[in-house]
Parts: sequence; C-alpha cells; structure tokens
Amino acid sequence: MRSVKQTAPYTATQNACNLCAPLGAALVFKGIANALPLLHGSQGCSTYIRRYMISHFKEPLDIACSNFGEDTAIFGGGANLKLALDNIRRQYHPELIGIATTCLSETIGDDVPMFIQAYKAAFQNACRDEQLPALVHVATPSYQGTHMEGFHGAVRALIQTLAGREAAEGPPAMNLFPGMVSPADLRHLKEIVIDFGLEATVVPDYSDTLNGPLWTEYQRIPEGGTPVNALRRAGAGVASLECGLLLAAEKETAGTWLATQFDVPLHRQGLPIGISQSDRLFDTLAAVSGKAIPQKYTDQRGRLLDALVDGHKHLSGVRVAIFGEEDLVAGLAAFCGELGIFPVLCATGGGRGRFADTVRKVMPDYCRDQMQILEDVDFVTIEKKLAEMDGEVDLLIGHSKGYTMSRRLGKPLIRVGFPVHDRVDGSRLLHLGYRGAQQLFDRIANTLIQVKQERNEIGYTYF
Amino acid sequence: MAKATSKLATESIKLENHDPEKIKARLLAKYPPKVARKRAKQIVVNKVDRDGKVPVISSNVRTVPGLIGQRGCCYAGCKGVVLGPTRDIINITHGPIGCGYYSWLTRRNQTDPDKAANGQASDGHNFMTYCFSTDMQDEEIIFGGEKKLKQAIQEAYDNFKPKAIAVFSTCPVGLIGDDVHAVCREMKAKLGINVFGFSCEGYKGVSQSAGHHIANNGIFTHVVGLDDTITAGKYRINLLGEYNIGGDAFEIERLFERCGITLVSSYSGNSSIDAFANSHTADLNLIMCHRSINYVAEMMETKYGVPWIKVNFIGAAATAKSLRKIAQYFDEEELTAQVEAVIADELPAVTAACEEIRPRTVGKRAMLFVGGSRAHHYQELFGELGIKTLSAGYEFGHRDDYEGRRVLPDIKVDADSRNIEELEIQPDPERFHPRIDEAKRKTLEAEGLGFSDYEGMMPEMPDGSMVIDDLSQYETDELIRIFKPDLFCAGIKEKYAVQKHGIPLKQLHSYDYGGPYAGFKGAINFYKEIDRMVNSRVWEYMQAPWEASPELSATYAWE
Ligand code: SF4
Ligand code: SF4
Repeated sequence: MRSVKQTAPYTATQNACNLCAPLGAALVFKGIANALPLLHGSQGCSTYIRRYMISHFKEPLDIACSNFGEDTAIFGGGANLKLALDNIRRQYHPELIGIATTCLSETIGDDVPMFIQAYKAAFQNACRDEQLPALVHVATPSYQGTHMEGFHGAVRALIQTLAGREAAEGPPAMNLFPGMVSPADLRHLKEIVIDFGLEATVVPDYSDTLNGPLWTEYQRIPEGGTPVNALRRAGAGVASLECGLLLAAEKETAGTWLATQFDVPLHRQGLPIGISQSDRLFDTLAAVSGKAIPQKYTDQRGRLLDALVDGHKHLSGVRVAIFGEEDLVAGLAAFCGELGIFPVLCATGGGRGRFADTVRKVMPDYCRDQMQILEDVDFVTIEKKLAEMDGEVDLLIGHSKGYTMSRRLGKPLIRVGFPVHDRVDGSRLLHLGYRGAQQLFDRIANTLIQVKQERNEIGYTYF
Repeated sequence: MAKATSKLATESIKLENHDPEKIKARLLAKYPPKVARKRAKQIVVNKVDRDGKVPVISSNVRTVPGLIGQRGCCYAGCKGVVLGPTRDIINITHGPIGCGYYSWLTRRNQTDPDKAANGQASDGHNFMTYCFSTDMQDEEIIFGGEKKLKQAIQEAYDNFKPKAIAVFSTCPVGLIGDDVHAVCREMKAKLGINVFGFSCEGYKGVSQSAGHHIANNGIFTHVVGLDDTITAGKYRINLLGEYNIGGDAFEIERLFERCGITLVSSYSGNSSIDAFANSHTADLNLIMCHRSINYVAEMMETKYGVPWIKVNFIGAAATAKSLRKIAQYFDEEELTAQVEAVIADELPAVTAACEEIRPRTVGKRAMLFVGGSRAHHYQELFGELGIKTLSAGYEFGHRDDYEGRRVLPDIKVDADSRNIEELEIQPDPERFHPRIDEAKRKTLEAEGLGFSDYEGMMPEMPDGSMVIDDLSQYETDELIRIFKPDLFCAGIKEKYAVQKHGIPLKQLHSYDYGGPYAGFKGAINFYKEIDRMVNSRVWEYMQAPWEASPELSATYAWE
C-alpha cells in the first residue's frame, strides 16, 4: 500500500489547498434570505474574504465587519459589535445577521454569545416597535479549522439557534443540507425535490443570492435564500438529508441535532456526484415522499449510462489527480471509479484525519490500494508527489489554485468546486445528480479527446 | 432599460440639477446621529478658491463598524501592496492561513525575472507565484509561534536559496506577543542572507495606508543603502509608487529607455531587492502614487540628498508633462531634445485614437472611488475622452492626497496613526550629498518645477463635484441610484453590485485583467477599453421586448 496519511514534509505551508473558516460561514449566511454576514474582527479579513468570494461568484456580496482597531484588540470587541449591529440594522434592515469570529477576536477570547445576549436585552428595552433581526453566531477560528469547518459550523449554528416546530404550511417539508456546492447544484437539487412533490428547506441556499439575474429594481440585499421562517420550522421537517461522506461521520451536525431534539429522521450520504450517490439521493427522496422516481430522472440516468457505455473507451485507464474540499474530492473519486478512471492521487487541505479511510471505502478494488491519499496538504506537497509519479497522470480535477501546477506539469485541469476564478462559469458549474454527472463526464471526455487530437499528427476529426 | 440620457452639465459641475447638499443629506439619512456626524466630514462638495485652497475633508479615519467599505488592512498594504511585487524576496506570512491565502497573487503586478537590476546577471528568481505561510494552529496561538516561524524561514531558505526573506505579522501574532524581529535577526545571522520582519498586524492604523508606511520604514531600514555602486547610465532616477499593474511599469520603462533616462529602481513594480539596495544612488525620485510611497522619498532626501518630484504617467498629456519635468530637472539639452523627440513621435498616434473614439464618449459621466492616487490620476484619461467626473474619492488617502501637501502642518494625528512609527532620519555622514544646490532648486521652482510637492486631487476637480472619502457600499448604491452614471470605477468588490444596475464598472486595481494604461500606448488601450464598456451592445438588450415601458426605466433610475 502506497498511501500515507500525513505526508507534509514541511512545517510551514507553501501554496495552501484550503481557505480559512469565516469564509465558509459567510457563504452559508449569504444563503439565508434577507441576511447579512458580519465578521467580528478587523476589517482586513472581511475585505479579503469578500474580495475572494466575489472573484468566484462574480456577484454582489456584502460582508460587514466590526472593525477592530488596536485598542479593540486589547480591550475586547463588545462595543464594536454593538455599533456594527446598530448600523447594519439601520442600513440594511436584515432579518438575520450571521456573526462569525475571526482569528483575532478568537485569540483575545471575546465572549460573543454574551455580547449578543446583552444586545438583545438592551434592544428589548429600547425599541419596542421594531423587530430585532435573528442573531446567529458561529465560532470560526481558522487556526482550528478550514473553510469547510466554518461552513458546516454555520449550518449547525443556524439550526441550533433557530429551529423549532412552528406549524408548517403547505406540502410536507424536508430539510436538505447539501454541503458546499455551486448555485447551479442548489438549483438542480431544488428542482428534483419539487418534482417529488416535496417542499425543501435547503440550508444554505445561495442559488439566487449568488447567481441572480440583472436587477430591474434595486435590491439592498439580493433576493433569494432560505427563508428565516423555514429555518424556524426545521424541527417539524419530515426528514433531513445531509450530504458529504466526511460530514456523515461528524458527531454533531445540523442533521443529528434535529434528529435528537425533534426526532426528524436523518438520512446521510455523500455528495450526490456520479451514479451510485445520485441513486441514493433519488431512493431517499422516493422513500421520504412516497412517490416513484419521476420519469424525467430515470431518463436522465438512462442517457447518462448510454453515454458512459459509448464513451468508456476515452476514459478507461486514464489516471487523474483530484484535489479540493474533502467531501467534493471523495465524491469525485467515487465517480471516477465508476467511470473506469484511476484516481492515482486524492488530496485535500483539510480532512480531519478521516479523509483517507473515507475515500478508500468508496473506491473499487482495482485502484483502492494503489492510491495516494493526502490530507492536510498544500500544493507544493501535492506537486512533489505528482512529480514523483512522473508521467503517470493524464488529468487534474480541482479548483483554480491548481492552475499553476497544471501549467508546470503540462496536464489539463478540469475545474470544479471552489474557487474557480479563472473561468466565467464558477457559479454555473453543475456537479450533482445524473445531469451533473453527465456534464462532468462530457467535460472530462472532451478534454481527453482534445489532448489526443492535438497530439495526433494527422489531425483526425472523428473520435 | 434604456441608458439614461444625460443633460450635459456646464463648466462647473452642477450635478445635473441636484443640490449636492441634499444628496449628502440623503446619503447620511440612515445613519445614527454620531455616525452621520462623522461621515458628514468625509463627504465634501468641492470648491476651489483663487489660490487653490479647497474645503477640509476628513480622511484616514477609522471606518465605522457595520459600514461595509472598500478598505483592507495594514497587512494588506504592507505585504500585498508594497512588498508583494518584488519578485526575489520570499514573503512569509506569519499567521493563520487565510491572510496569506487571500493575498496570494491577487494583485496583478507583473514582473520580468529575466531582467536583472543594474545590469547584473539575472538569477531568475520569482517567488510571486508562491504563498508562504506559517499556517498557525491552536498550538502556536497558545504557546507562541516563534519556533514555527524559524522553521518556516529555514524551509524557505533550504528550498529556494533566496537573497532575502521578509516576514509579515498578522493580527493574532501581535496578541500572542511573538517577537518576529528577534527571530529575523537570529535567522539573518544564521543563514547569512537578509531577513527582516514587519509588524503590520491588520488592526493597526485604519487601512492599507498604515501598512504602506510600515513597509516604507522597513525597506528603508533594512535594504536601502546596502549597495553603493553607482551603475552606468545617465539621468539616473527611481520611480516610486508604480506597482506595474497590467504592465504599466513596462510601458513607462519603455519611454524612459527611449528618452535615455536610466531607471535605477522602481518601488515596487517589476522590482528586485538589489535595486532597492542601490536606489539611494539615483539623482531624482519620481513619485507616482504619493500615498503609498512618499515616506521613502522623504527619508531618502533627508539621508542621502535625493530630491523628489510628483509625476503622473496616466493620461497622454500628463505623461508628456512628466517626461518634460524630468528633462527640466536635469537641464541638459541632449535630454530635453530627446524627450521632445519621443513625445513628438508618440503623441500623434494617441491623438488620432482619441479623436476617433471621443465622439462616442464625450459627455458621459463617471465616478471614481479607488485607492489613494488612481481616483485622481484617471481623471486625466477621462478628461481626454470628454468624460466628466461627477464624484470621486479615495479608499485610503489622507488629507494631503485630497487637498495637497500644503495642509500637512494642519493634519491632526489621531490615536490610530500615532501608533505607526515615524523614523527619525539624519543625513548620512558620508553619503549625504544634495543633488542640486539651493540656488538651482530655487530657479527650477521659479520655473514651475515643484519639489517635494503634491497638489492633491481636489484642486483639479470642478466646483460642485462631490468628493467622498472611504465610500461605503451603502453609499455606492445610493449614488448609483441618484446619478445613474455611465461608468463607475472601483475594484472587484464593487464591480458586480454596480453592474447589476446595468452600469459598467472599470476595475482600477486589477484593470479587469487588461492594461497597460500608463504612458502613451496605455492611453490608447484605455480609450479603447472605455469605448468598449460604455458603448457595448449589451446595454441595448437589458430590457426584454415584453418589458418595454418607459415608466420602468424611470423608476429604475430615480426610485
Ligand atoms: S487577520 Fe489581520 S492581518 Fe489577517 S487579513 Fe485579517 S485584518 Fe488582515
Ligand atoms: S486572521 Fe483568520 S479569519 Fe482572518 S483572514 Fe487570517 S485566517 Fe482568515
């Protein structure tokens, strides 16, 4: 067995393969209707994170900040947080403010829950005719976790702070925790759920807020997102579905919390990437809704398999390296296994010590024991590993930060996940369901054909 | 939606029949009284009096918590802006992963590693595509990060054998009390290369500006003056505050070369640490971005006697003027003739391009909110295209950048700025020599060459235009709704919010991945780019045929 659990030979990080925790939290809060994320710390973090997410989503994306100065750093940020909340309320009238800490406020040990308590109390005394926005706090010290921990932490905080059993109207609702996927993925998931006659509370849902049309009228906070009221009803959901193979091993998540507090049945699976995980999704939805899988989707599955049969020759035996978020990489690796592609290297900047086992479990026999599975690694380490495997890789699958590596190695990069800031379609990339699988398959096959075609001396036009 | 047809304003901008004071009141309406009072001092209606004096504008003050602004942090100014573009220094971010990650090749500084400083052989070093971080974990936050920092420096050295390593502290570092400077001294002694640190924690100062100052101090203390070799070439100058976004510095370098002007160093676009070390041997400092780099120029003048003048290579006329200033300073016929020949050779193509495009841009209205100098410089290019600037402001400028250096003695130093060290500089006992004598300086000044002077943005803007410091996102939205300008200039954070309204936004930090816009060739690029943006066919399709109703666009523009 060639796999190593922790291979980073260096102490320091050179070209990281993960981002910091408040980014994940801010993304989640962007997926709540009429909500505004607020980072509690100095302004650099919020500006950087805003700037960075905008380069991927190419959409308006406001993140407020409590703006620490040198004195705040010494004496604590309570007063700043209060002022920030006041100002946000007056400018934006949000229904929810999502407060994530930065390394600075975490290092000085600000007691944010206490600040929030005090703010609520003062508010109740002062303004009786105004509704206080919901205040949700998540601790996101980046020296303890990556953007994925920030993401899942914020989802959990939303549910733990808000979920109850307020009477639900309309068709039975289920809670859907899709993980960190693209706006196109979210749209597709919602379409699927609706086609099963279900109502879903998708947390988070930034399909509109971060991939919306041009405005015909002004929007202070972009339209869309999970309604706060829907979050309050999450405890009355008919079921919860939580996606992500690594997330499924977490002890306390939004899903487990709803299960223990409100007996909402929890279904857990990987991101529905590829055939078997998509099959699971549809099985679960059929079970929850009591309805058969709509013809539209059996057709999609059929067309996907038809394409795989016809296109298998292009993919079989191809060797890829996959990198990015742990759950995404695990999902993609499993899909590659289904396609006959050999993922020789799977890497993530996070992983929490569970990455290797999780990935290995979903791989077919032919490659399971010969894969390099790296967690908590940076790009310099990934590239070194690839260089050691000299010429054994045909293709890279991952996000834009892998571009320099792809350029140096002369291997094409199929862009997936986040961040994709060197292409125009970061928000529109579809990974999930049979349709997502179809698109991934098409992109991979076409890229391989293009390489073959370009290297061919004659220049065939049939493949 | 049809583009709003603008009524052209007369000479001094009338803001299209809006009362600027009313607009100001509207911008402030939603703020609590205390915040409104503070912001009121940062929103000013311009009025230039006879001797060029303008109203006071409050700037370089802390952004109010909860106002979503454009500014970054001290670390971003120090590592990201000033030191980032130097290809042969390994920059290690000491802190958790995010700060370093987000500043990893995000600015579009270009560099040419094959071109070594001062005719030396190139080592080909280019570390700009790397992001080195100590990636602090729990353990370091609790027990301190000096050990990990030492290892990081050692690893960077072992891997790349650089000439220099710089360390940048982020917020948590200041709190846990790591002594990065001691670590740097120790590693410098151990490795035998230059290793220096910056205490540029993000909470210091009020914006990137604090980081610029700290970077200037560090470079001056640790690098400038290390190499006294006077290299070959006539008319030896430094170009300060030019960061080579989109290849601007390459275009300026091209012009210098044609004119026979020798560039000793540039701070810090297309730069090398060797050139910094040697830069005190130049005979003149040219300042592009006054805000970010004037400290180095001032210190170099005090210590070594190198005078500085303000230049601007954004805009064809401004470029010609700046080249002429250099010739005026050196006052040699050969150079003057060459500068005039270059201008005469290059200007016709620029004028032709401008004349061709101008009919399609004249009368359009722009707003510029960006940086600490670009909001001023780019008004030149817009002027050439006949585009009016209705409103402008800086993200991190100080009063001197708005009102001119004449107000320097009146600037109150608040608590946020007091913490940024001012170095005490004395003339160097051996190496100080004034490049021109007092009499000559006086003569040149009488002829109109201003030394150590920058007049600021406001004296050059028409009366009645709105000058707004540290514009917030909320105010941006309001301005857009009130004026519906034809073009907005800011950065990527503002871009997509403005474009949602159907108004093009030109990024003046990254140039939307275009450029260069400096110099003569750059001006042509810019004219074409603005023509493309304001006259794109996409605006014709904004409204679907079934939506066509005139009321709609009216509500759109005026709420
Ligand atoms: S932690 Fe401090 S140094 Fe880092 S990005 Fe935030 S404000 Fe800047
Ligand atoms: S200090 Fe922490 S939260 Fe801020 S940018 Fe750095 S890693 Fe992210």
